[in-house]
Formats: sequence, structure tokens, C-alpha cells
Amino acid sequence: MNTLSTGLAAGGFAFLAPLLSAGQSARNSIILAYTIRRTLILIASLFIAAVVLFVLLRLLPGDPANALLGVGATEQQIAAARAQVGSDQPLYVQFGGFIGNLARLDLGTSFVSRASVLEEIGNRMAVTLPLTFFGFVVALALAIPLGILAAVRSNKWYGAAISVISQLGIAIPVFWVGILLVTLFSINLRWLPSGGFSLKGWANFGEAITGMILPSLTIGLVMGASLLRYVRAATLDVLGSDFLRTARALGASFPEALIRHGMRNGAVPVISILGIELASTFLGAVVIERVFSLPGLGSMLLLAIQQRDYPNVQGVLFISTLLVLLIGFAADIAQRLIDPRLRGRGRVLA
Amino acid sequence: MSTATMTAPADKKSHSLALKAGLLLVGIHVFVGLLTLVWLPYDPTAMAGGRLEGPSLLHWLGTDRLGRDLFTQMMIGSRIALIVGIGAVTIGAIIGVTLGLLAAFASKWLDDALAATLDILIAFPTLLIAMLVVAASDTANLWSAIIALGIALSAIVARLTRILAKRVLVMDYITAARTSGSSWPKIVAIHILPNIWPTLSVNFALQFGLAVIAEASLSYLGLGAPPPNASWGRILQEAQGTVYTAPLGAIAPGIALVSLAIGVNLLADGLRDTIDPTRRAR
Repeated sequence: MNTLSTGLAAGGFAFLAPLLSAGQSARNSIILAYTIRRTLILIASLFIAAVVLFVLLRLLPGDPANALLGVGATEQQIAAARAQVGSDQPLYVQFGGFIGNLARLDLGTSFVSRASVLEEIGNRMAVTLPLTFFGFVVALALAIPLGILAAVRSNKWYGAAISVISQLGIAIPVFWVGILLVTLFSINLRWLPSGGFSLKGWANFGEAITGMILPSLTIGLVMGASLLRYVRAATLDVLGSDFLRTARALGASFPEALIRHGMRNGAVPVISILGIELASTFLGAVVIERVFSLPGLGSMLLLAIQQRDYPNVQGVLFISTLLVLLIGFAADIAQRLIDPRLRGRGRVLA
Repeated sequence: MSTATMTAPADKKSHSLALKAGLLLVGIHVFVGLLTLVWLPYDPTAMAGGRLEGPSLLHWLGTDRLGRDLFTQMMIGSRIALIVGIGAVTIGAIIGVTLGLLAAFASKWLDDALAATLDILIAFPTLLIAMLVVAASDTANLWSAIIALGIALSAIVARLTRILAKRVLVMDYITAARTSGSSWPKIVAIHILPNIWPTLSVNFALQFGLAVIAEASLSYLGLGAPPPNASWGRILQEAQGTVYTAPLGAIAPGIALVSLAIGVNLLADGLRDTIDPTRRAR
């Protein structure tokens, strides 16, 4: 409640007092307080996520130790493997060790390749992160201009056409778009590779980047379509707002009013959606990597599940959840930075 | 989708175009799905023709790389998609509504804890949870995929139910019902469920679409129902390798998937317009 009163006071100061710096520092302290509170929630969320992960992995059938052993393992070998994996310990001991390791970001070594899980994830990230990033950029480049256009010209045929086509975005499976793009651009037109990634990684920049074009386009098209619907809705809200009418009455031209006042207001709801979309793009990469046979995090998870490679499954799921939660964290903070009206509101968990 | 919500409004216009188009699209799949129970053009597992034949009068969509009739497989795909959608939504609804109501009635701290847990479960993506559950069951079958998707969807249903139920719980008529001696189970049955049902049912339709697409993704990844269950996702995965010689195999299942997903989404839109009086005027 303390922050609420300071928030109101800061709002009052910023409005009345000519001293801009006073309002500025009050603003910063509110954001700082919010960031601290939000960080605590982030840590709590991570803990709950770790519990969920622990329970889910213990639900998997069979002893994780079995993954280490051949078919004809003796009793002694089984006991040794169980001791090595730690599955002979009571559950609470296992859980303590699990949380301790996660806190130190010690994800163990793979049962199959014996390689460090964290290192392997790092290598795979070199594919998945750029893929997510490029896909996201394509989505933004499509969604923002087209979404605004669809709203501003909603009475024209092309405005309506854009929103109808964007409806497809939630109904089209991303892997099918991938298959269609491969059919068109790789098989019929022969412009781009149908899949695979440069064996030398990013060292062979040209080959790596051409391998990224179609997958990024696939993600961008599907995500852009669903994002477009939110941009359009947010723009429609702004168009009907009193502040835009006032700005126009005060002499601002329509584009000027839209950019100066509309963008900032429209951005607030869009940013929280952006966070969710970015997270789902990152996770949707599992399927996309399969379509284009890319050696990313998704294919690592798929392989690990098939091989019952528990440390790898656990590591990928934990790091993915961590990233998704961090994206949500960043989106919440960005919203507070953009919209002063939200700053007084403490509750994040609605 | 109770008949009450579908027939309630007296206004004829409210049966919007979206609702009609949605009913038509979903209706086609339901018809085909039911038809597969009594009749199929060919034995889905038998070699009905040559390999990768093009479309002909005998094989409307041609044959796959094992010579099986593609149209027959597509018809079975409709049935599987409907089973997955209905199954996953039913499981999601039972778990989700129960959890959501519990949270709405629970003490403050328990409610907060449940709400936070739900938020995190939602942050766990549907597909990854489903992949884990499918991997957990020793013999992957259609039911493990359905249960997995149902569990994954239940978190979303629970969150929505909780919010909706809390909104109803603060109403004066709940207080009135309590003071007149109604028990909590009775209040849930008489006041809460009927009030939140319209919004929930629209959401269920959307979840149905999500479940169908998620199952297709699982099957595409090789984690869905094993052969001979011809899920659209698996047909797509098998056809991807032969897309150059037989492009129809990679196009037809996608169109079927999209038409069903759009159908249920239109149905949801139409239902929302029919149910929500504030949107009826348009």
C-alpha cells in the first residue's frame, strides 16, 4: 500500500510541480519497488516450476537407472546404477539434491552421451535462439503495420481481407505451413534448402543464415497472424478513444496523433501478448526444428524423450521454463515502464 | 454445448453467419467421422492400389507410399480428430472446473497458491507437457495423447473457471441463497454453474481446436497414436518425404485440419454472439 500512496503522490507531483526531477526519481523508485516484488514472484514461480518438473519426471515409468543399463544387467549393476543416479535415496533427499543442483545451474551429464547437459543446451541454443528471434522479427514486421492498417481501414475491402486472413493464424498448424513453404520454395522453385543446418554452425555464416530463412518465415507467418489480431483490436480501441479525438481537435494530424498518443496506449495490451507469443514461438520451435531437421533445443528434447535420457529432458524443460518465465517478467516490467497508470498496481497474480 | 444456449435467444439474426459456417464445417467432419464407423471406401491398412498414385475416380485423393487409399485415411483422420477433441476437452473440463471451483471457494492463501500454480502450469506449454505424458506411458496410444492434452488444457480451464466463479460469488443473490440456508454444493449447481456455463462452453470450443492441432503436432513428431491409426498429423509426416511426387498427401490432411479448427473457432464466435446480449445488436 506504501507504493500505492507514493504512486499517487508521484502522479500528483509530476502533474503540478515544475520540478521534473522530483517526479522522475519517484517514478524510478516505484519501478524499482515493483521490480523487486516481481523478482520475488519470479523466484517463487521458478521453485514451483521445479516442483512440477520433479513430480512429472518421477511419474515417468521405470527407474531412471534403467536408462544406464543394458537388457541383461545383474542385481549388482542395477544397485550400482541406482546409487549413481541417486534413485535409491528417499524422495525428499532426491528433491533436496534436485533443487540444490538447479539453483547452482548444475544440470548434470547426459546418460547417453555423457556430455554436460548445460553445454549441450548451450550448443543447441545457437540454433533455437536465432530461430526464435528471426521468427519474432518477421512476425512483428507483419503484424504491426498490417494490424494498424486493418484497423484504420476496417471499412475498406483490404482491411477486412487482412483480418479474415489473420483468423487463419490460430487454426493453422505451424508444421503444415512449414511443409507448404518447403514444397513451394525448396522443391518447386529450388530457391532455398529444404532443411538441415550448416555443420560448422555459425562459422559458416552464409549457409547458416540461408538455413534459417524458411523456418523463421514459417514461425513469423503463423505468429504474425495471431499477433495481428491483437494489434488490430488495440488500434481499434485507440481509434475510438477520447484522447485521440482531443489530440485531433488540438490540431494534430491523424498520423501524428496516432503515433504520439495511439502507439503508447495501444502498446500496453499488445506487450503482454507479445510476451506470451514470444514464449510460445520459442517452444513451437520443437515442431519447426523437426520440419526443417534443425539441431536445436526442440530436437534435443525429442531425442532425449525417445532415449529416456532423464538429465537431458529435465535440463531442457527447466531452461525452457526459465526462459518463458523471464520473458513474462520482462513483459510485465516493460508494461509498467510504458504505462504510468499501471505502476500503482501491485498485484501481478490476478 | 447445451441446447439451452443454442436456442435461447429469440432474435433470429443472432444465429450469425459465423455460427452457420461453423456448424457446417464441424457437421461435415462429424458426418464423415460417424460414417467411418459403418462404411469405408477401402480397407485402411490394405494396399488398395499402386504406390503414390495420383487422384482418380477409384482413389479420389490418390494413394500413399504403401499404396493405401488416402481418402480412406483422411476419413479415419476425421474420426480420430473428433475423438481427441471431445476426449481432451472432457478431461480438461472435469479437472479444470473442479480445480477452479475449489480455488474460488478456498481460503485466501490457498486460493493465491492455486492461482500462482495455475499461472505457472499455463507457462508450461501444452505440447511439452503432452510430450512428457506420452513418453511416460509405456505403450503410446491414442488415449495417452488424449489424457495428456486433457491435463494440459485443464490448467487453462481452471484459471477461467476460478475467475468466473469468483465474479459470481460476490453477487448479492449468493449471499441471499446462503442466508436462506442453501448448501455450497446446491449453490454451485443452481447459481454458479449455470452462470459461468455460457462463457465456459465458448472456451471449450476454442480448446477443442487447440487439442486437435496439438494432437496433430504430437502425431507429426511421432508421439501420437501408432499405426494403423491414421491421424492427420501422421499422414502429414509420412507424406512429407514424398511431397515432390505426391503433393496431395501433404496438402489434403492440412486442409482437413484447418477446416475443423476454423469450424470450431467460428462455432465459438457464433456461440459467443448468441450468448452475449451485448454483442447481439451487431
